[in-house]
Amino acid sequence: MSEWQDQSEIFNGTSDTALKDSRSADGNDRRGTTAFVFGEELADIADRDPRVAVLTADLARSNRAVDFQQRHPDRFLNVGIAEKNMITAAAGMASCGYVPFAATFASFAALLGCEQIRTDCAYPRMPVRVVGHHSGMSMGFYGTSHHSLEDLGIMRTIADLTVVCATDENHLRAVLRASMDHPGAMYLRLGRGRDPEVYPTVPEITFGRSIRLREGSDLTILATGSTVRPALDAAALLAEDGYSTRVVDMFTVSPLDKDEVVSSAAATGAVLTVEEHNITNGLGTAVAETLFEAGVSGARFKRLGVPDEHVLLGPPAALYAHYQLDATGIATQAKELMR
Amino acid sequence: MSLSTVRPATAASPELLARKAMFIRLETVRLSRIAGAGHYSAVFSAAELLAALYYSELRVDPENPRDPQRDRFVLSKGHAAIGLYPVLADLGFFDPALLDDYTRLGSAFGDHPDMKKIPGIDFSSGSLGHGLSIGFGMAMAGRMSGADYRTWVVLGDGELAEGQIWEAAMSAGHYRLGRLRAVVDVNQLGIDGFTKDVMTVEPIAQRFESFGWATQRIDGHDLPSILAAFAGLPDADDGRPQCIIADTVKGRGVRRMELSPDWHVGNLVGADYDDVVAELSAGLSGGGDLR
Repeated sequence: MSEWQDQSEIFNGTSDTALKDSRSADGNDRRGTTAFVFGEELADIADRDPRVAVLTADLARSNRAVDFQQRHPDRFLNVGIAEKNMITAAAGMASCGYVPFAATFASFAALLGCEQIRTDCAYPRMPVRVVGHHSGMSMGFYGTSHHSLEDLGIMRTIADLTVVCATDENHLRAVLRASMDHPGAMYLRLGRGRDPEVYPTVPEITFGRSIRLREGSDLTILATGSTVRPALDAAALLAEDGYSTRVVDMFTVSPLDKDEVVSSAAATGAVLTVEEHNITNGLGTAVAETLFEAGVSGARFKRLGVPDEHVLLGPPAALYAHYQLDATGIATQAKELMR
Repeated sequence: MSLSTVRPATAASPELLARKAMFIRLETVRLSRIAGAGHYSAVFSAAELLAALYYSELRVDPENPRDPQRDRFVLSKGHAAIGLYPVLADLGFFDPALLDDYTRLGSAFGDHPDMKKIPGIDFSSGSLGHGLSIGFGMAMAGRMSGADYRTWVVLGDGELAEGQIWEAAMSAGHYRLGRLRAVVDVNQLGIDGFTKDVMTVEPIAQRFESFGWATQRIDGHDLPSILAAFAGLPDADDGRPQCIIADTVKGRGVRRMELSPDWHVGNLVGADYDDVVAELSAGLSGGGDLR
């Protein structure tokens, strides 16, 4: 086991509750969700689809691409710590008929590889799936170099790029399956593999269409990725105080499900967006653009995310609490909005 | 396993290729006038290389431009596309008349090539430093799928300053992609002057060799040398990737442009246009200083 793995395990082992505790036959710890089923699910898809290939940049263990490598070594490519080469090479492979999944930490995929994603994947509409895992501030005390609180803003600005956040394990499986026949390039934003369950079974999904998880009449919470579960938990807390809260999983950030945004604002009169992302130019900004252009007036509105700052160091759960992205914080913000 | 259904190009004579190189230069001058600006000199350095590749070496089929078994070609120095479009038109990939609207609003043909709009373009380019990674991915896809096509990437020497080139060189050497071929057009200049002054890219051969590549160095305007270099390349999937370092002269063929930093982008007007057309039509004479 490498030093990196040791550190990663120490890091990943901190703090979160609500984890499933399951172990796979090979003894690997598969508690939690998202990133850890990335390789396994793709290996399943690859059993029946010869187009699947997986690339990574020396992070096969962190993102579990190793599970794919073990079953399909002939379609696995590790390029070493060279993210730009990985993304562009994936585009070259895509031009030859493959659907390559190129995975690395979100900060390196979206920030370091931004121009390669724009020029080599999105512009020529290559079916490359750039997978940015350990997104947001989920790398906690690793610090700003390893945080990606700008990736949604950068990625949603790129034309012909579908931007999707995986919500939990079952949702990630659905996203990977549906991505096979989705035209053009995609950016898939994953958590750190410890995202608590939202979907007890693999959901039916359509890119660009959100999923309403809870009905309500006083407020709508629009969440994406890691904030969906705490948004649901916040809705439960709000119910104890007599508020009826609609919760929507806005897993496709671009193109945004504008109909749901507008109709939710009209139906509930208040919209709170929640994202593990800089408050600038993420989901909340996309929602604001939509509401304003649609002429929705009178709806109360607030964006909850990371203020425009480089975040503190700390374990992820502590950071979520500090920035009010946990259930308690979201409920607090929601009540202020409705007051 | 030989899967190629694409007919190999018939070997062309140096005389024919010299005429094609002249055609490339003349078309570049003509199309630049439509746009009002053009990358003359970066095409002129690569004219013989492009002619030899497309009229003698590449296994491509204009009737079936997306044949999965075709050789792949990536123009990493995408700003030389103005010299590639006439070749593709001449070979029958599309109607040459389409070039008369070069760069006009809505045209498929811009300063940099678009694979989604132009038959025969295997990958869009323009952002320097990406092409070798594209070629690496194409060659790897060929290995994964058991195909036997070759992947060719034409690079400029200036773009060797891009770090991503060396990421790709390292990975192609690591994986021993024997059917990947890089052709470096060492025309000696970037935009701001000589590469040796702006950013040293030599020793190119030793640098590629240290990443596991085999190299040859040739006179990039001498067609027999180019053809001999291509003919001598091994064709095994598992082997060192091949780098042909072609010493050229930026602007070759037009005296006023040769090795001049003033002509990376330019616009010939009036009598200058006619003078340059006459000069090019007379064919290459001596002159031009190789390294």
